[in-house]
Amino acid sequence: MLELKDLELKFFTEDKEIIVLKKINLVFEKGIIYALTGPNGSGKSSLARMIMGIHRPTTGQIIYKGEEITPLGITERARRGIGYAFQHPARFKGLRVTDILEIAMEHPDNHECPYLREMGLCPDDYLDRPLDDSLSGGEIKRIEVATLLAQDPDLRILDEPEAGIDLWSFEQLTAVIARSHRPDCTTIIISHQERILNMVDEIILLEEGTVAMHGARDRVWPLIRESTRCTCSRDCPERGNFYADCPR
Amino acid sequence: MLTALDKAMLEQVADLKGIPAGAYNIRKDGRGIERRSAPGIEIRPKKDQPGIDVIVEPGIEGTVHIPVIITATGLSDKVYNTIEIGSSADILLIAGCGIHNPGHAEARHDGIHEIAVRRGATLRYQEKHYGEGEGEGRRILNPETILLVEEDAYAELELIQIRGVDDTIRNTKARVEAGGRLAMFERLLTDGGQKARSDVVVELIGSESTARIVSRSVAQGSSKQIFQPRLIAQGRGRGHIECDSIIMDQAVVRSVPEIWAESAEAELVHEATIGRIAGEQLIKLMTLGLSEEEAEERIISGFLK
Repeated sequence: MLELKDLELKFFTEDKEIIVLKKINLVFEKGIIYALTGPNGSGKSSLARMIMGIHRPTTGQIIYKGEEITPLGITERARRGIGYAFQHPARFKGLRVTDILEIAMEHPDNHECPYLREMGLCPDDYLDRPLDDSLSGGEIKRIEVATLLAQDPDLRILDEPEAGIDLWSFEQLTAVIARSHRPDCTTIIISHQERILNMVDEIILLEEGTVAMHGARDRVWPLIRESTRCTCSRDCPERGNFYADCPR
Repeated sequence: MLTALDKAMLEQVADLKGIPAGAYNIRKDGRGIERRSAPGIEIRPKKDQPGIDVIVEPGIEGTVHIPVIITATGLSDKVYNTIEIGSSADILLIAGCGIHNPGHAEARHDGIHEIAVRRGATLRYQEKHYGEGEGEGRRILNPETILLVEEDAYAELELIQIRGVDDTIRNTKARVEAGGRLAMFERLLTDGGQKARSDVVVELIGSESTARIVSRSVAQGSSKQIFQPRLIAQGRGRGHIECDSIIMDQAVVRSVPEIWAESAEAELVHEATIGRIAGEQLIKLMTLGLSEEEAEERIISGFLK
């Protein structure tokens, strides 16, 4: 489905260059759910944004469905079947929930309600809501995932889909991602949440801009489990909240 | 007799497809060309100056269309309309002005509306301004609206300037009595070398009176916009001013909201933002398959809707 060859990403400031990703070589197969994990600043989102065309690689190639898409922009990649649910979804003054779902759907005459229902949102309450600051962080996040479901791309990227979503919908979120994953599509989830990492087929660990580990969940997970757990709760007199978003 | 061009202009500014049902007055090139009153709604021409009186009797519900179109170049039209909405009436009033300037001389319309919304009545007022034309003549629209919202009455003003107006100075003055409510929504788009200025003064003179002024604009090209909404509370009034502008290209936008309280029981808020279209908004819509231009158009049309 997707192959990344010798990808490098550098940002240049006035007096120095910052290397964000170096020598990334990865193959993403059809039908597999991948987790992209690693500490903050390891390059997870940068890699995902490069696949979407938001960042252009400094060197290297991106091959999608056998075709090189490295020079293509965001729109062309979206039209070829790549979709992205953002960690911090954009808010719009003047667009309603129904508008963004209609833009996302290939055939806008389809009914947009099921996608909201999947995300635990009542269409009667939400379709006409403006997509602006009046929505809570959890609501906009669920709408972002519903938009990706409506778009139904062949390669989907979900950037920390669980961040900001409450405990009740966490279970639902993982179930929806699993249920909507078609055998002919590829799903990449950026996360460091144990329950997300538990549901995927393969885990890719990024550290300091390189692939530190990549393999089947059953093999990789035991090796990285300790490093992904939040140790704060051990010392916390309140025992902390196990599901609190880990800053790492 | 309405020409095809007249009908197209009327559809642009008043959503009219042919002659409307209910009361109406259509003014073209400086004179009234068609007029009809309806039960409880009288429209009559003024005797001493150009313009009409619209008198709605108490308790009447209905729709009134009073659009103006200008299709001649070099024409300057000034009109005085007086509108009286009787107590407890419920009226949708659709005004609006379209200029099709075919030549190289200026075409201009100054519309002065004096509106009284009597006790307990409801008025929804829509005014769309639009300009077009193959000539280089400027299209100028200067509307002035003077509004009185009596006790427990409600007035909602929707003032929209779509493309094609070269120069506009809008003046809106409103006085809101006890328990009265005013909501004003202004939408404005300028492009090229166009200029727009909107001065609004709302006085909350009675207790428990409220006002909400929402202004949204998009400034493209090298156009210039100035907004100066002023909200004054003399007693226990509540009000909110919200000015949002999207600025593009080499445009200039000034936004100067002012709140003015003369009582410790007044509650007034203002907010104003000017900024370009956020990159994250464009990127989101592009990830859904829109081109950058389509995404921009979608964001602007939604913002001005």
